[in-house]
Amino acid sequence: MTAILDMQGITKTFPGVKALSNVNLSVRKGEIHAICGENGAGKSTLMKVLSGVYPHGSYDGEILYDGKPARFRDIRDSEHAGIVIIHQELALVPLLSVAENLFLGNEVASGGVINWPLAYQKTEALLRKVGLSEAPTTKVEKLGVGKQQLVEIAKALAKNVRLLILDEPTAALQENDSQKLLDLMLELKEQGVTQIIISHKLNEIRRVADRVTVIRDGSTVSTLDRSEITEDRIIRDMVGRDMAHRYPDRTPKIGEVLMEVLNWSVMHPDQPRQVIRNVSMTVRKGEIVGIAGLMGSGRTEFAMSLFGRSYGRDIKGDVTLGGSKPDLSTVSKAIDAGLAYVTEDRKALGLILDEPILRNVSLANLEGIARRYILSRGREQQVAEGYRKAMNIRTPSVFQRVVNLSGGNQQKVVLSKWLFTEPKVLILDEPTRGIDVGAKFEIYNIMNELAGQGHGVVMISSEMPELLGMCDRIYVMNEGRIAGELTKSEASQERIMALILQDGMKGEAA
Amino acid sequence: MSTADMNKPAQPGIGAHLGSHLRENGMMLALVAIVLFFFVIVRAVQGVDFLSAQNITNLFLQNSYVIIMALGMLLVIVAGHIDLSVGSVAAFTGAVASMLLVKMQLPVLLVIPMVLVVGGLIGAAQGYWIAYWRIPSFIVTLAGMLVFRGLTLWLLGGQNIGPFERSFQSLSTGFIPDLLGADKPNFTALILVAVAAAAIVWSGVRARAREAEFGIAPEPSGFFWARNAVVVVALLFVGWKLASFRGLPNVLLIMSVLIVVYAFFTESTTTGRRIYALGGNEKAAKLSGIKTERLVFLTFVNMGVLASLAGMIVTARLNSATPKAGVGFELDVIAAVFIGGASMAGGSGRIIGVVVGALIMGVMNNGMSIMGIGIDYQQVIKGLVLLAAVIFDVYNKTKQG
Repeated sequence: MTAILDMQGITKTFPGVKALSNVNLSVRKGEIHAICGENGAGKSTLMKVLSGVYPHGSYDGEILYDGKPARFRDIRDSEHAGIVIIHQELALVPLLSVAENLFLGNEVASGGVINWPLAYQKTEALLRKVGLSEAPTTKVEKLGVGKQQLVEIAKALAKNVRLLILDEPTAALQENDSQKLLDLMLELKEQGVTQIIISHKLNEIRRVADRVTVIRDGSTVSTLDRSEITEDRIIRDMVGRDMAHRYPDRTPKIGEVLMEVLNWSVMHPDQPRQVIRNVSMTVRKGEIVGIAGLMGSGRTEFAMSLFGRSYGRDIKGDVTLGGSKPDLSTVSKAIDAGLAYVTEDRKALGLILDEPILRNVSLANLEGIARRYILSRGREQQVAEGYRKAMNIRTPSVFQRVVNLSGGNQQKVVLSKWLFTEPKVLILDEPTRGIDVGAKFEIYNIMNELAGQGHGVVMISSEMPELLGMCDRIYVMNEGRIAGELTKSEASQERIMALILQDGMKGEAA
Repeated sequence: MSTADMNKPAQPGIGAHLGSHLRENGMMLALVAIVLFFFVIVRAVQGVDFLSAQNITNLFLQNSYVIIMALGMLLVIVAGHIDLSVGSVAAFTGAVASMLLVKMQLPVLLVIPMVLVVGGLIGAAQGYWIAYWRIPSFIVTLAGMLVFRGLTLWLLGGQNIGPFERSFQSLSTGFIPDLLGADKPNFTALILVAVAAAAIVWSGVRARAREAEFGIAPEPSGFFWARNAVVVVALLFVGWKLASFRGLPNVLLIMSVLIVVYAFFTESTTTGRRIYALGGNEKAAKLSGIKTERLVFLTFVNMGVLASLAGMIVTARLNSATPKAGVGFELDVIAAVFIGGASMAGGSGRIIGVVVGALIMGVMNNGMSIMGIGIDYQQVIKGLVLLAAVIFDVYNKTKQG
């Protein structure tokens, strides 16, 4: 079989970070090729190089497409060549119809006038291909996430796709929607569409992929044939080193109970369903407690509802924090009570991107730099300088706007902001998402230091190795419930997955 | 960049400093340039002194209410909103004042606080829907613009109501009496202006000293003194002119006090800072413990109070409440804020910029009227100036990256 795509020696650097170093990827005509790697390994960057988001010239190395050198200047160029990428975040316009979305920018028109009958006819044919029977006039917002994903694929087919790239297509899907999507991928393969799938889910990869390329820290580690694909092998290649060395050492000094949550229940903000059901947990002094669970298991919703009722309604339950029962009804009261919450989405929810570092650091504790409502800018700068040194935030000055910082340094600014509120318990939601390996290690060190100083640390993460490496105890959440609790010695990826699966069956039986 | 470089506090040179403060300094220079331009042109064409004491006094009387409302509008815009109703609210509160004064014969010292409260209530009524119901401010205040214009017509029955007793008129057209006997030049005015100039320089020097103490990179000293010299000379010149005419207008004093208070509030208080945070990223501000709804509500209450103050000043100046008062004010006020460098998206903008922006508009209005330029051309030119100022901003921002 000949290669449809050959990426040779791709190297891409961002200021201060080498995102890709000498990556090779060869995809054969008509196969489904999986790309595996940890978050931040460089998978998405590689796909952005391929699709022209990073234009030719902004990276080193060569892309051969159909045996000829390809120099894409933008996405239009690559789409013209039949390469279509479907991102994790869907790019459909919710208020437009399915037909309008399918041909967006590519309308069925002559002389600027849309031929609606023909467009609808084509839409119906494309929808049939992906197994949908919706009317072409249906608004996209009326469709569930699974169907929207299929519409995205139909949109790619409308562009005469030859190489389809799916970036974690099932991350947000329910089990049966995922199965449908994987079936469709196999069907498209029969029809001759070459596909690249980026996925964390090894069972999916085993099911659909012909070959797998594993990427770690921005380099290609291996390309495995179907017969070589085993979970052990992929994990070994993905992780690449001894687990012990990925996480800094710590001797836990665990003290008395710092925070206790009892029977916490939360309703969805605008749907009549319960999102959090009777969750109870404890956090001790000096302890790092993990919360594991799949996407949609209610981890973030739990944390945000706890933190000043930032999520949901009809919140019930008891919280004891530092020996008293504090009022947590607003964010500022929760902060006063000694709670801090580092959000999973630092850009949208954690930072004011256009403002300088020092103003972001002081944001949650302006009283700390003020005397009777009057700010001291000198004190503000001192505080920020202090955190810049302590956290090793790499920036020429604290007057730098945070939009110019790398993800890891932005996260350190968010952490500084919350440490300045002097919290007793710090809840970190996906604290290492989207930051490079070196910065991750620094964040782990900061967490260990905080635990060492007697703070309680709660870590929510989708990366199980990280939870296993960092936490003294792990709660496993599923469908808004605590599915189980594991100590460090009991915990393993298998045990966590088993708890989730068992709980899922309980839920179905009930 | 090596670590050693990074641990050193940044020491920008004059060029870098100019770059980062291009906007503010550019606006000041533009104001000075426009004033000089009219001074030369008006003298050459009309043979009139543009910077006569009479005209300087006029400039302040004509523009005080725009500046006063622009202070509140800056907060509204920084918070990420807009208020289109201020012109109508000013007209309505002016009409209320005239009813209380003329029809009900209430004393001035009672009427002024009453009308300010009415303005606050109007702001609260609009802010409530915007802050707590999340109805877009554009819609709520567009409705308010129509409602309060209508209520003004209804209250006045389509007629003008006036005249007022002297004490109310003096809110706008009065002058601070000379307490030191001699009538001309007015010593009280001279002393007040000199004190103000000294205070500006002194606070600048103190801020520099404090910045040096904390290791903040200071403005290059030559630049600092040059800028202060320009400001002081301009102030003393205006003061001298005013003193040789009728003294300081009351409204100038009200306006100056408000400018100082609002500049301090926005830059040096926790609440002021929180409004900027709210405009910069509402969700992040909320998750940092900032009561965003309450702040939005209060910015509209504040806007209502300032609009009612401006309404009374306008009414006092015209010596009657008229149904057509304040038509189009909202546009002058909003234009002043954007010329002054605020961002449409919220989160940025400074009081000093807004004041300079309003003065630029005011000087152009006044200069063009003296030159006898028709209202048609005036509008075109003002529109282009607004556009140019904002293009300048956007260009700067993209250049900085």
